[in-house]
Amino acid sequence: MNHSQNEHTLKAFDGDLITLRGLIAEIGGRAEKAVEGAMTALATNDLDLARQVVEGDKRIDALEEQIDRMVIQTIALRAPMADDLRELVAALKISGVVERIGDYAKNIAKRVALIDADQHIEAARLLPAMADATRQLVDDAFTAFARRDADLAVAVCAQDKTVDDFYNSIFRALIAHMIENPEHVGAGTHLLFIAKNLERIGDHATNVSEMVYFAVTGQSMNERERGDDALAPDTDRSGAS
Amino acid sequence: MTETVSAPKMSAHDVKVFYGDKQAIKGVSIDIDMDNVVAFIGPSGCGKSTFLRTLNRMNDTIPTARVEGDITLDGENIYSSKMDVVQLRARVGMVFQKPNPFPKSIYDNVAYGPRIHGLAPNKAELDQIVENSLVRAGLWNEVKDRLSESGTALSGGQQQRLCIARAIAVDPEVILMDEPCSALDPIATAKIEELIHELRGRYAIVIVTHNMQQAARVSQKTAFFHLGTMVEYGDTSDIFTNPREERTRDYITGRYG
Repeated sequence: MNHSQNEHTLKAFDGDLITLRGLIAEIGGRAEKAVEGAMTALATNDLDLARQVVEGDKRIDALEEQIDRMVIQTIALRAPMADDLRELVAALKISGVVERIGDYAKNIAKRVALIDADQHIEAARLLPAMADATRQLVDDAFTAFARRDADLAVAVCAQDKTVDDFYNSIFRALIAHMIENPEHVGAGTHLLFIAKNLERIGDHATNVSEMVYFAVTGQSMNERERGDDALAPDTDRSGAS
Repeated sequence: MTETVSAPKMSAHDVKVFYGDKQAIKGVSIDIDMDNVVAFIGPSGCGKSTFLRTLNRMNDTIPTARVEGDITLDGENIYSSKMDVVQLRARVGMVFQKPNPFPKSIYDNVAYGPRIHGLAPNKAELDQIVENSLVRAGLWNEVKDRLSESGTALSGGQQQRLCIARAIAVDPEVILMDEPCSALDPIATAKIEELIHELRGRYAIVIVTHNMQQAARVSQKTAFFHLGTMVEYGDTSDIFTNPREERTRDYITGRYG
């Protein structure tokens, strides 16, 4: 059953929902931009841009609070049911998840100044591609929310595997590199955390998608196969030896 | 834990109701069991009250009304010519929108049914029935010292609980409630809702309500009526979070019409 095209008899309720959707779009857009900004700052060693990303996270936090307040108020005042209720619960959870995405982006930006720009670590060459894939996941998750698109939400969850695969490759390559180049352990560890942050951002994009799927269909997305990460017992550790 | 599947207390099959030429109910089938409070919801004129009234033949009192289809109570057709309608209405009691106590004492309001049905052979047993009924209706503590005062002197909420006590007094199996709280304030409403909760399991309960929050609060099963048909019947938790039918969804989310 698709989202109802009919308006509520009480027009103010539609107004509330439109405002809320706007806020979700804004917080999602800002989180995506923060990820992009942090990775650009890393690639170009742009400390100004990194600072802007750190500063911009305050706005994301403020939006999260605003969304939470609005959802609680709407539940209290409008007594929503069915798809309206599901959308509000999804909005509440999504705002919390996006706030975490913002935190990860901020954490990446903070590391830019700590990495010696002169040290070129070939092992991290996949990071920009991983960042692109991650940013795309976040973008798709919020597109799915805006369009009430359950299929796109499922696709995001499937695509998360790509980000996980990137992470596993980068993890192994960096560990191998650091073993061979102990003087790069400092920068290498920061890059490792950055890759881990991107991997977590990808997971949160799938969390957003799961909430979109729930809001649209009323069902929870089936337990899907998650890409294993480097911590899981693994048959192929050759890259790290 | 073994699940006991009991036969439905009441069962309606393809019930149609006509007022003269106008068809008010267009083939409704539903099972009502002892374990679940059933709520009927739907917009005004959807037929939910009309259908409720078929369950104890209250429509008999309307000359132009005609009922087709089968309705059974413990497997027995209640529209059969052998059915004693007075007895039926004792077994399937009803509580109305507006509290309607008799202009008699509190005691006599409750004692009236047991007296005419010959349920109490002596005064002591009648006293016991009156007390038990008022206790179960959650009214005993408020009225035990003034049982001889007029029932109409009570507050609206107390009057409604008196009417419930009156229905309980004849030991019914099913209680039908037609918007029992729409004339009551929120506190009195909460007391009735708590009472419905207490009575669940002892009686099969069907409640018609305009208040969807109330349906969500008191019932385990909800039926949505629209234009004389039952659009959807299911677990209340499903109906209010993930209804199957678009018409149900539009109604409960306030998008109706």
